[in-house]
Amino acid sequence: MQDFLIMNSLGYEILSVVIFLPLAGAAVLLLLPNDNAAKIWSLVVTLLTALLSLPLYTKFDMNTAKYQFGEHHAWIPSLNIHYTLGIDGISLLLVLMTTLLMPLCVLGSWRYITKRVKPFMICLLVMETSMLGVFMALDFVLFYILWEAMLIPMFLLIAVWGGPRKTYASIKFFLYTLAGSVMLLVAIIALYLHNDGSFSIPQMMGQDYSSVFQIWVFLAFFLAFAIKVPMFPFHTWLPAAHVEAPTAGSVVLASVLLKMGTYGFLRFCLPITPEATFIFMPYILWLSIAGILYGGFTALAQSDMKKLVAYSSVGHMGFVTLGIFVLNKNGIEGAILQMINHGVTTGALFLCVGMIYERTHSRELAMATGVGRYMPIYVTFLAFFSLSSLAFPGTNSFIGEFLILVGAFAKTKVVAAFAIPGAVLAAAYMLRMLQKVVWGGTSNPDQSYLTDLSMREIVTLAPLLIFVFWIGLKPAPFIDVLSTSVNHLLTQVGDAAPQSTELAKLLLP
Amino acid sequence: MQTIISIKPVLAILASLVCVLFIMVSRNKPNVREGWALFAAIIKFAIIASMVPEILGGSRIEYTLFQVLPGISVKFIVDAFGMVFALVASFLWILAVFYSAGYMRGLEEHAQTRFNSCFALALFGAVGGAMAGNFFTLYLFYEIVSICTYPLVAHHQDEEGYEGGKKYIVYLTTTAKGLILPAMILTYVLCGTLEFPDNIMTGIFPVDANPTLVTILFICCILGFAKNGVMPFHNWLPGAMVAPTPVSALLHAVAVVKIGVFATTRVMLYVFGVETMTRLNLGIPTAYFVSFTILTASIIALTKDNLKARLAYSTVSQLSYIILGVALLTPSGVQGGIIHIANHAFSKITLFFCAGAIYVASHKKSISEMGGLGKVMPFTFAAFGIASLSMIGAPPVAGFVTKWKLLVGTMDMPSPHYIGILLVLLASTLLNVGYFAPVTFKAFFGKPPEGEVYEGVKEAPLSMVIPLFLTAIISVVIGIYPDFLMKFIQLAIPINGW
Repeated sequence: MQDFLIMNSLGYEILSVVIFLPLAGAAVLLLLPNDNAAKIWSLVVTLLTALLSLPLYTKFDMNTAKYQFGEHHAWIPSLNIHYTLGIDGISLLLVLMTTLLMPLCVLGSWRYITKRVKPFMICLLVMETSMLGVFMALDFVLFYILWEAMLIPMFLLIAVWGGPRKTYASIKFFLYTLAGSVMLLVAIIALYLHNDGSFSIPQMMGQDYSSVFQIWVFLAFFLAFAIKVPMFPFHTWLPAAHVEAPTAGSVVLASVLLKMGTYGFLRFCLPITPEATFIFMPYILWLSIAGILYGGFTALAQSDMKKLVAYSSVGHMGFVTLGIFVLNKNGIEGAILQMINHGVTTGALFLCVGMIYERTHSRELAMATGVGRYMPIYVTFLAFFSLSSLAFPGTNSFIGEFLILVGAFAKTKVVAAFAIPGAVLAAAYMLRMLQKVVWGGTSNPDQSYLTDLSMREIVTLAPLLIFVFWIGLKPAPFIDVLSTSVNHLLTQVGDAAPQSTELAKLLLP
Repeated sequence: MQTIISIKPVLAILASLVCVLFIMVSRNKPNVREGWALFAAIIKFAIIASMVPEILGGSRIEYTLFQVLPGISVKFIVDAFGMVFALVASFLWILAVFYSAGYMRGLEEHAQTRFNSCFALALFGAVGGAMAGNFFTLYLFYEIVSICTYPLVAHHQDEEGYEGGKKYIVYLTTTAKGLILPAMILTYVLCGTLEFPDNIMTGIFPVDANPTLVTILFICCILGFAKNGVMPFHNWLPGAMVAPTPVSALLHAVAVVKIGVFATTRVMLYVFGVETMTRLNLGIPTAYFVSFTILTASIIALTKDNLKARLAYSTVSQLSYIILGVALLTPSGVQGGIIHIANHAFSKITLFFCAGAIYVASHKKSISEMGGLGKVMPFTFAAFGIASLSMIGAPPVAGFVTKWKLLVGTMDMPSPHYIGILLVLLASTLLNVGYFAPVTFKAFFGKPPEGEVYEGVKEAPLSMVIPLFLTAIISVVIGIYPDFLMKFIQLAIPINGW
């Protein structure tokens, strides 16, 4: 246990507190009398969670690759299932991003949600608990339960508070993700049987599994996580879910849920099945390229703003998987940073689209043309977030994309060169949207009834804007915490490199 | 070379960014608003000018603002090479503030606050580029200029404006993202750094770098900085002429196109370096390649009757002189190319200022309708004539210095290439005469279009005529006395040690 977990020494079980505070808050919500109180209470709970999670960063030891703030309790002893929590450099930023985003989601739903406010907030808080748990769990059963637990509130968010095609979208989302989860369960049981009945995730890493076993486990993992990311061609549930989901649902979906797929690759595929990772690397790189280009072209063709941002996510997540599977330090660091960047920027863009929707009751780009004249503050925010999304130098995404491309070019120039048109496309679809919203054309619809952002909306967007420039200009505090864990991950994977690169050589020049 | 750490470059760059806030706050008081712009322009120029003694003393001023990644930072350096561009751009901004106030008010243009803000932002980008201390910072400010000038190009917000703006942004961002970004990343992968060295010879590429790869990166950089107007990615420039004339003047004679050629030449000399370019034989093919642009653009200019369109193609052609000079890889050639950044700026801004003054005074855009106009607007057309001479390269105007240097540089080239480039220079000079001389000639000696008399047409407001006459005079002054600028050029491109 000591060789991978540093027990928590803060005096209180910080990870458990952060995980269960939202759940406890949700329980209290049931007792609250009216909608307003529910909103304020949810805001307080999420803010408190965010504050309580800050020591995770300040007390984090960035010189060790072990899991920190560890907690380890027996849960179901007969099956050797434990309640084990811990975070390392890979999960730390994802946890912090989640806790930071949740208060903004509550703020972003303040006026958007008009019916069944209390249940909505309960769903959000339960979501938060399960999402945080997924990033912290070090026991496979615990991980799996939380992973599945996420589906239900998300399903409800879309199915109850969604748009006109909410039934279709929510069921599609549920079926796709569930199909992936089933494969995940198969992989977990297979690993359990191979590990003398242990569910401990860190103990499964670095074992000497046979190549065939690794390939099967990898494929099962891959299907589950590729659907979640979503990688091309498993992405079709995403635009539907995004378009129908309420703003907060879209934000949670894009910013956090998608990251679970790429987190899964990093946490499970690479260290547990390294040989298979090398074998499948070339295919996944090309799938990433396909996603980048497909997402870009499709986003360029959208007339629905939410769909545009949703397809841009497919492209951006393609960059993330590209960075992960080039299997070098720059690539993986860039990929983790890009996961955070995508969470910040795409979350902000969904909030922005939601703000327009609250005013025009339409997500059509054509209905939102030329609002720049009447909503100067809004378009200023939108402009910065769009620039961030297209990886403008000086913003957060540029750093992530830059590192990923450095890693990719160092690995294989041909594959990397194919990603470049994706970067160009990102500029094309984002600037197209921005131009239309700010300026429009010569015959814009009458937008004079629009009011600019309220203080609440500015407060919702401003923290994200700070992160856009902070990560963009001074990313060291974010990259430093990754470094040791990424090095450790690379040694775990690297050992398998020599014997399994034969196939990679065939497919990569 | 002595290095001084000073925050002055940052202040100089930020002056115009901060001024945007004040411009926006005073949006309802035009005089105060333009006052802020003027104030910022003067401050900016003063800060830059205050660094001149150190630079002439052979020092270089540095300031690192953000350390982004290892080997990548937002870093500013002021050296003799960047100083020429920074001085010219910031000085001309002062004149342009006066001029655009006269122009925009004379035509009662809308959205003057946005116009002034974006104008200041463009200068922020241009001077930032001039002082960029590494490839990354250069790319950052290059992109900032692209984004901030879009509202200026599309200013009129009519079909034509949007069309021109779209073309503008598509050309510039596509080339920057599609060519410069990968070139920069690959350079970083190969060299581990993006910092500019303190001389033009060595570059940053290791000697054993793959020659094919370096050549590809070189091509990416020549084509990718599309603001340099090199064909085939030049088409945004004539398209952007839908903008109000002060925009065309400052941005398309000074800030935008110059950050394009400046970035191109900066990267050629400070990333690749003379030695690498010579070793891989990149100079002569580049020289021939841009010669095509020089000649073709001049021929197209001959066919244009719209004055601004003719000037636009003239710009395309003249910008390639700068790259041609550097591509010659001979001391005089590189010097001639770089000094043309300044010479072309003063002369071309005069020409655009004149075009705007003519439009405000007489609402004429076509050269064929300007017969005899010189008689009622003598100062404007005199300035136009002087600036034309500079473009042609006739003494005693600034352009002559360029052409002299370029010719000397050409003669230093190995045979037989010097004959080819010599022919290009001669042919282009003749073409320049062909498309510039008739404008002034017609204005003074031609007849007005049939049935038209210039009754009531007089010189444009003084706030327009004075700047354009000033720039014309400066063109003459730096033609007769090129020493001030040549000092910087000689510091940046020393002949000994070649």
